[in-house]
Amino acid sequence: MEISCAHDPGQDKILSSPASNPYLPVRCRVEDIVVESEDGNLKTFRLSIQDQEARSRWNHVPGQFAMLSLLGAGEVPIGIASSPLEEGLMFTVNRAGVVTTALHRLSPGDELGVRGPLGNGFPVDTEMVGKNVVIIAGGFAFTTLRATLLYLLEYRERYGEIIVIYGARTPGMLLYRKELEEWAGRDDLSLHVTIDREGPGWDGLVGFVPTIAGQVAPSPDNSVALICGPPIMIKFTMPPLEEIGWRDEQVYLSLENRMKCGLGVCGHCNCGPVYVCKDGPVFKRSEVQRLPVEY
Amino acid sequence: MRGIVHHITEELRNTARELLASGRISAFLGFREGDHPMTVAPFAARTAEEVELLIFNSFCVLNSANTIPELLRDLTPPAKRGEPPNEPPMIGVIATGCWSRNIVVQIQEHQVPRDKLVIVGVASRGMVDRRKVLAKLPNSDVYSVEEQDHLLLVRGRGYEVEIPRWEVVRDNCRSCSHPEAVDFDLWIGPKTGPRSIDAPFQELEEIEGLGAAGRWEWFSNEFSRCIRCYACRNACPLCYCPTCFVDDSRPQWVGKSADFSDTATFHLLRAYHCAGRCTDCGACESVCPMDIPLRKLTKKLYKAVKERFGFEPGLSSGATLPLSTFSSEDREEFILRPGGPGQEER
Amino acid sequence: MELIVSGSDLDRLIRSLKEKGRVAGPVSRPTFRGRMVAWAEIRSIGEVVFDEAPRESMKRFLFPQPEVLLRFKRKGTGYEVEPGQVSQETVLFGVRPCDARSACLNLLPYQDDPFFLRNMAATVIVGTRCEQPCSTCFCRDVGGGPESIEGMDARITPCGEGSWKIELFTEKGLALFQAMAGGEPAPTPEGGAEKTPPLLKPLKSAPLSSLYESDVWAELARACLNCGICTFLCPTCYCFDIQDERLGSSGRRIRYWDSCMFPLFTQHASGHNPRPTKLHRVRNRFLHKLKYFPDRFGSFSCVGCGRCVRECPVGIDIRKVMKRLAEAVQTEV
Ligand SMILES: Cc1cc2nc3c(=O)[nH]c(=O)nc-3n(C[C@H](O)[C@H](O)[C@H](O)COP(=O)(O)OP(=O)(O)OC[C@H]3O[C@@H](n4cnc5c(N)ncnc54)[C@H](O)[C@@H]3O)c2cc1C
Ligand code: SF4
Ligand code: SF4
Ligand code: SF4
Ligand code: SF4
Ligand code: SF4
Ligand code: FES
Repeated sequence: MEISCAHDPGQDKILSSPASNPYLPVRCRVEDIVVESEDGNLKTFRLSIQDQEARSRWNHVPGQFAMLSLLGAGEVPIGIASSPLEEGLMFTVNRAGVVTTALHRLSPGDELGVRGPLGNGFPVDTEMVGKNVVIIAGGFAFTTLRATLLYLLEYRERYGEIIVIYGARTPGMLLYRKELEEWAGRDDLSLHVTIDREGPGWDGLVGFVPTIAGQVAPSPDNSVALICGPPIMIKFTMPPLEEIGWRDEQVYLSLENRMKCGLGVCGHCNCGPVYVCKDGPVFKRSEVQRLPVEY
Repeated sequence: MRGIVHHITEELRNTARELLASGRISAFLGFREGDHPMTVAPFAARTAEEVELLIFNSFCVLNSANTIPELLRDLTPPAKRGEPPNEPPMIGVIATGCWSRNIVVQIQEHQVPRDKLVIVGVASRGMVDRRKVLAKLPNSDVYSVEEQDHLLLVRGRGYEVEIPRWEVVRDNCRSCSHPEAVDFDLWIGPKTGPRSIDAPFQELEEIEGLGAAGRWEWFSNEFSRCIRCYACRNACPLCYCPTCFVDDSRPQWVGKSADFSDTATFHLLRAYHCAGRCTDCGACESVCPMDIPLRKLTKKLYKAVKERFGFEPGLSSGATLPLSTFSSEDREEFILRPGGPGQEER
Repeated sequence: MELIVSGSDLDRLIRSLKEKGRVAGPVSRPTFRGRMVAWAEIRSIGEVVFDEAPRESMKRFLFPQPEVLLRFKRKGTGYEVEPGQVSQETVLFGVRPCDARSACLNLLPYQDDPFFLRNMAATVIVGTRCEQPCSTCFCRDVGGGPESIEGMDARITPCGEGSWKIELFTEKGLALFQAMAGGEPAPTPEGGAEKTPPLLKPLKSAPLSSLYESDVWAELARACLNCGICTFLCPTCYCFDIQDERLGSSGRRIRYWDSCMFPLFTQHASGHNPRPTKLHRVRNRFLHKLKYFPDRFGSFSCVGCGRCVRECPVGIDIRKVMKRLAEAVQTEV
């Protein structure tokens, strides 16, 4: 028995537009798919928003995420890997479970829904302006930091020194290898790419991210650090930084929790009093220290 | 608390206290009073003070076996890296007929090592269904309930009522033939011997007589109330799967909402998973907040297993489990052949 | 505004409302244990039970289980998408003050949720007053009360001899009884007495760590079954999961009740679980209701209906938890 809201026909209009119904994904087309890693578990998707109106409405800050919505399979939160200044959207997806596996089966030309942008993002236009920026990433958590880096490079003059430390298990697991080469050639950016263990055909740095961070020893003066990676990497990266004077207020982390709505409603992603989807995913480390370890 | 349950409680505490003091066990698993009248909570006493909280009364509708695997896990010291897992310590546990039968099932299914248990047997007097009590009262606002041997003295808003205990005993207990623990190391309280029940499956007859359409209607009516809270599953000592079929996502066996098709699937699968293992302890039905007659399904399968395989679960840890053993004598009429048996009502 | 109506007038109204949508109330139903008070569609006001709270809260009317967010159908390389079902016009009779208030509390997290808003708009809540609060009720301790009309569009009180007093508080309430009444709805009377529950302030100002570290959690976790009874029956629990259901080339995306008591609630795809133990989950439930929600929205996420107290199979009582937390806060100072 379905009866329409006779007294409020406006409701149906509200529900049929993603602008007023945050549960409705906007239609995107898969333009390109790149297999990023040697094990095939990481793929980068370039998407274009189909609807003109939705495209002009889309506006994100580096560090935000979106729900990738595959009808019939479900939705997953994925960090936005493209900079707001790029055409279209880009996501790098690790094949983990039901939805991400279904995503990996897509081909260019297929349709896909996106809900977002969601969450807060890095303070690229506020607290980071005028500061040196240290980006530390491990594994495929580099995605939103790529977005951030592109943004910083676009407005290069607004920031001080930029240092990037990025590590992966093997050379074949490094994301965005072409861009890494390009960045390595720039003199307004100091790039340190490392792999966990020595391997054939690799003549770059070898060692875990925390070790390299200790060696690079970025100065904490007038600086902020953005750290994304597995919790264990973050845990071991902090001591060498603290030793040279870094304080928790200067460090930004991106948390990850299971998510469903991405809107601060469904309750899934709470870490104590905060909702990672709405109040985060980016938090100052000093804020994280006050939270229970439920992430 | 007076009379029999008082004495049993005293004996229970003495036994638990001695076992703990002797160092033979590191915890004694039983029940303590809940915060609300007519409820109890599973409770593992680890010290002499905690022993004083243990109770045995007519409201122990949960099954002590349900907590054993979890308690053993909690008490096992974590192994050092690279070393084999540590052995769990010994625990004591109180067991009535069905609880001890569920322990036997757990032993058969390798969930619980018998040599880590000191089973303290007791004869159940039949546990009381608190909702049956509530249904008999002028209003459901109960302040306190005092248990006597054959009466419950209930005080509530504006009333004080005496209810004959047997009237509110659970349906499974009323038709139970094994109130006494079947496998035990120590005994507390009086021994009563097995009860002979003339028609153990009488409660099924009405539904069995309904015909396929009528049974489906009964099933839909009763089970559509389910809110998928899984209290029944969580209270059941058979439900120890690391990932329950309702939680599995690869593949997903059953939808998650309370749409009836999903609820029905959940209940049918749950009941079948319990066939040949369920002892009719009634814990699932007792905890259900929506008064769903869950036991009707499991009891029906109990009956089927008894009739087909001459088997009743949990009576002997040496017995072979009918549903995980194949015998060439097994009747196979479930294989449907056109015009064959099992097709009458289709 | 207030009017006295007869039972037959009300029954006529109910019949005419049923032509447009559903009319429901708590009714007494036989079960194998005797009876239970359950929500059901009603045909006459006489069926409604006024002196006992229904086992379930009214939340399924505002927060359907499941609720369709969208429907889809495969078309070429993409999908045709249609937003979820439209709300049914619903009139609820005999909603208790605590349950009515829960709609206002749930509206805080749901303030931008188009589905919840639409369901609210389509539902008229005709509440009742509690002549006799139960010993398990504690609405007053959490900011409500048996006389509270928060969340009600109208209130109905049996006044004997087949007649009923109807008080109207909102436009929606007035519209419902238009034919019988005429005129303006009464402005919602001010709460009058100080409604801030005494425990709210100390818990709000307490540092989280003093509550998080309390030893009450381990104690509760030892007994708790980690079932969904307390959260699913709770009128103010509003957590949900989202899933797609597909049959062939078409399907729907639904949301349905979920509970922070379930391990799966927080489990990551990697297998990592940020709240791996019962202790974590029990703590989250109570702290969400008594600390996180108040810190964010200013009120407990609890209306004191007592359902979790009455229905918990191991007899866990939230009032005891509140007391223990209050003590923890005091010893901290
Ligand atoms: C803010 C944020 C940004 C992320 N960015 C990326 C990214 O850029 N690239 C990437 O590969 N992965 C990212 N993830 C992790 C990714 O969301 C999970 O791997 C993914 O949800 C797994 O879904 P599944 O259906 O494949 O797994 P299943 O195990 O089948 O999960 C079923 C459902 O559980 C939920 N879920 C399970 N694990 C997680 C998890 N770790 N985080 C959130 N929800 C989960 C999802 O709702 C999912 O639909 C991010 C997570 C968050 C919270
Ligand atoms: S299914 Fe019910 S009656 Fe059977 S063992 Fe489990 S809890 Fe006991
Ligand atoms: S306890 Fe009752 S309501 Fe809960 S899932 Fe089981 S049958 Fe359904
Ligand atoms: S109802 Fe009781 S046993 Fe079930 S989860 Fe809640 S507190 Fe635990
Ligand atoms: S927490 Fe308990 S008392 Fe409070 S609203 Fe929920 S069910 Fe009612
Ligand atoms: S107590 Fe748990 S299920 Fe209830 S609203 Fe809070 S987080 Fe959600
Ligand atoms: S994902 Fe729903 S609240 Fe964060």
